[in-house]
Amino acid sequence: MDPMKTESSSEPASAGLDNSTWIVIPLYNEASVIGDVVSELVKTFAHVVCVDDGSTDGSAAAAHVAGARVLSHPLNLGQGAALQTAISYAVSQPGCEHVITFDADGQHRLVDAIEMLNRARNENLDIVFGSRFLDDRTNPGFAKRVVLKTAVGVTNLTTGLRLTDAHNGLRVLSATAASHLNLQQDRMAHATEIVLQLGRAKLPWAESPVEVLYTDYSKAKGQSLLNSINILFDLVMN
Amino acid sequence: MIIQVILIVALLAIALYFVRAQPSARHLAVRRVLVLLAVVGGVVVVISPGVLTALANAVGIGRGTDFLLYGAIVAFLLYVVTDYKRSSQLSRANTLLARELTLAEARLQDSIARQRAEHDD
Repeated sequence: MDPMKTESSSEPASAGLDNSTWIVIPLYNEASVIGDVVSELVKTFAHVVCVDDGSTDGSAAAAHVAGARVLSHPLNLGQGAALQTAISYAVSQPGCEHVITFDADGQHRLVDAIEMLNRARNENLDIVFGSRFLDDRTNPGFAKRVVLKTAVGVTNLTTGLRLTDAHNGLRVLSATAASHLNLQQDRMAHATEIVLQLGRAKLPWAESPVEVLYTDYSKAKGQSLLNSINILFDLVMN
Repeated sequence: MIIQVILIVALLAIALYFVRAQPSARHLAVRRVLVLLAVVGGVVVVISPGVLTALANAVGIGRGTDFLLYGAIVAFLLYVVTDYKRSSQLSRANTLLARELTLAEARLQDSIARQRAEHDD
């Protein structure tokens, strides 16, 4: 066992830190960026939870050093599975009012998350989805735009919600909304599944404009067209 | 030909099973009966190959071996579908188990940390 497993992030929050919001980050082999992502987040939020999904590159240690509470899957299960584990953990914590899902690869901006959280609080929304298509700050490029818009189309067809962006990892959920989630899709189809389950919960929701930072690093991964076939298949089969 | 109808119905039934059915005890029973029938049928046609040809002719196929090939393909497809369902069920169970393990470990770490904090106070 490594030394990080004996500690916890449940130390008392210092003044100014948001103590009722849990940031949840599915983490898989992002050692080069996760440290920066977490250290940025912990300046504002007292609770940052990373679920390490069997990383082999020391991501877990990097996240821990940066100040995250790290839970570890015993083996790689997929992003959806890691997200569900993180959410289950967050909603079981006393004092949890909001859960924010955040990507590990540094494509989301902290200011957007704070903005969305404020919106959820001020407008009494249970769900705020981030969307990169509500303003023109984000330029995903033509191919990616086609893939993403197709995903949105499928999501809207199957879920009954009218969203402008489907596979955006930045979401603010109230504890009530988060406890409605029981993700079965271990792999990438969970992004649509989340919308589906939240749609069924019939809670007040909104979309909020966010900027997605396409670094060379996140571009190299992204969703390929072939993978959207997998996503479609997973959804039809379940 | 009768065989065309039989094969199309069989393939569509497999497709429907693939998309819809959840594995259950009833399906297990059906699978076991099918295996039993295959064994008995196999022994019969090994002993008297004429039976197979007669069967083939009855459904509009010339040779018994062709009939056997069609049957084998349908059986193989059914196996693939059944196995796919079984493996996705197993991976679902695997995920739940791994998640429980992770959460149990987290609870343990948290309570140790809490006790330590109380001890320090």
